[in-house]
Amino acid sequence: MNGFRVQAPGVLSLFQDGGRFGQHALGLTTGGPMDGGAFYWANRLVENPEGTTAMEVAQGGIRLECTGDTTVAVTGADVALRINGRVRALWCSHRLGPGDSIELGHAESGMWAYLAVAGGFGAKAFFGSTSVVLREGLGEAIQTGQQLTCGESAETEWAMPRESIPRLVPDPVLRVIEGGQKAEFSAAARDVFFGSGFTVSQQSNRMGCRLNGPAIVSPSGERLSEGTTYGTIQVPLNGQPIVLLNDRQTIGGYPKLGAVLSLDCWKLAQCRPGATVSFKSITVEEAQDLVRTERAARENMTLRRGGEGGVQQG
Amino acid sequence: MSETLRIEIAGEAAVMVYLGDTMSPAVADRVQHFNRRLRELLTNCIQDTVPSYASVLVLYRPEKIGLEELRKGVEECARSLDKPTIEAPGRLVKLPVWYGIEAGPDLAVLAEAKSLPPEAVVERHHGREYRVYAIGFAPGFAYLGEVDEAIAQARLAAPRRVVPRGAVGIADRQTAVYPTASPGGWNLIGRCPVRMFDALADEPMPVCVGDRIQFAPIGRDEFLDLGGEA
Repeated sequence: MNGFRVQAPGVLSLFQDGGRFGQHALGLTTGGPMDGGAFYWANRLVENPEGTTAMEVAQGGIRLECTGDTTVAVTGADVALRINGRVRALWCSHRLGPGDSIELGHAESGMWAYLAVAGGFGAKAFFGSTSVVLREGLGEAIQTGQQLTCGESAETEWAMPRESIPRLVPDPVLRVIEGGQKAEFSAAARDVFFGSGFTVSQQSNRMGCRLNGPAIVSPSGERLSEGTTYGTIQVPLNGQPIVLLNDRQTIGGYPKLGAVLSLDCWKLAQCRPGATVSFKSITVEEAQDLVRTERAARENMTLRRGGEGGVQQG
Repeated sequence: MSETLRIEIAGEAAVMVYLGDTMSPAVADRVQHFNRRLRELLTNCIQDTVPSYASVLVLYRPEKIGLEELRKGVEECARSLDKPTIEAPGRLVKLPVWYGIEAGPDLAVLAEAKSLPPEAVVERHHGREYRVYAIGFAPGFAYLGEVDEAIAQARLAAPRRVVPRGAVGIADRQTAVYPTASPGGWNLIGRCPVRMFDALADEPMPVCVGDRIQFAPIGRDEFLDLGGEA
């Protein structure tokens, strides 16, 4: 059987597919990769259909032994990829054989790396998705000694053109679609939000990113809980915003200023605690155009043949 | 008569539809009917919806429907709610609860705060029918309302690190059964042996938004017989 044996599981390594959709009636969140772009490219590089189950590795630190013939690609956070001890390039695919070892070192920058294998990992699906959401008891983290199965090796090794590799942004400007209770926030509060830098807190996780900065005066008063979405910006009474991410709770009661553009959520997710982010307002129409353009650009992108030949990363 | 309708942007592919401002059975009816009809009307254009007390979050597919067209659909759907209809009321679901000081660690304190004997708190809790207003917070966590004002109690100042599965709690005028062991700050007055969420079952939840809930008091032995964990 093609697959891997886990020698070291890393801090938090989880199977993720495209996410769990259409299950909010049960209170289930979507899960899915924190960096959707890196996840997408990892799968493309090993010739998998979009949304195939890959492994999300938080901050690296994982070591696997290959038990068959397969092809792998690693993208996302800037981890040192070693195959049989030798440093190899990210953002391209590599063929492996039985006994080969693959290691993702601790990330130099970024938070989430993606390991995709040809044919995808064999993982149990819950409600139509293999995305692991620990908080909901759906699936488990990867553990030492675990046997992982995967599909057949891909024919060709591919590389992402160097100029097209999404760059991790150290202090990103996040585009925001204003909405929610924005009318209840004062103009001064809005100015603070759009005019200040906010620091990513240690307490950020797959549920959301907590930010620290000048207090945004949040409208007080009781309010009924309502649905939340990917990127929703909540402002609790302490004035410190929280951007809800993949494992967010599906309903919440805090006042909301709007939502971060989906295309920018990964930039925030990849930020280390201490990074500074700021916000910029765009319209819904602009947001939808940006998403359409990005999708088309992805589909039209041609990968280069030849694995290592394509890119070398320092 | 035309009722409240407000549509707010909630993201690049999400709008929030407000159908009222209060927690009430009438607003909850509107939410439930609107949710069902919009999903019928725009099946292929909607990724998911999140109905809550007085609102429905609509997650739509911009590649299938524009914002203006969606607005029209929402308005049309809301207008149709004003016409008389024969909508089936939510199902009535009975949930057994083992009440008491042993099963509900906050019952004594709550009773004292309300100047009621614990038995009276329990009676008032199962003496009325509740409605499932929203599901969220955790899989299978159903927000039920409204609790009798005489036993309504604010959340604990310091939430518990672990609340056991099946714990029945009160927070203000809401009550709920914890579907899994989790942190929580609701005032616990009893335990329910019915699993509120089972990822592997054909029907993962015994209730859905709009259903009516009737709690039925049981003893410790029956709680255990029905699969409750001591």
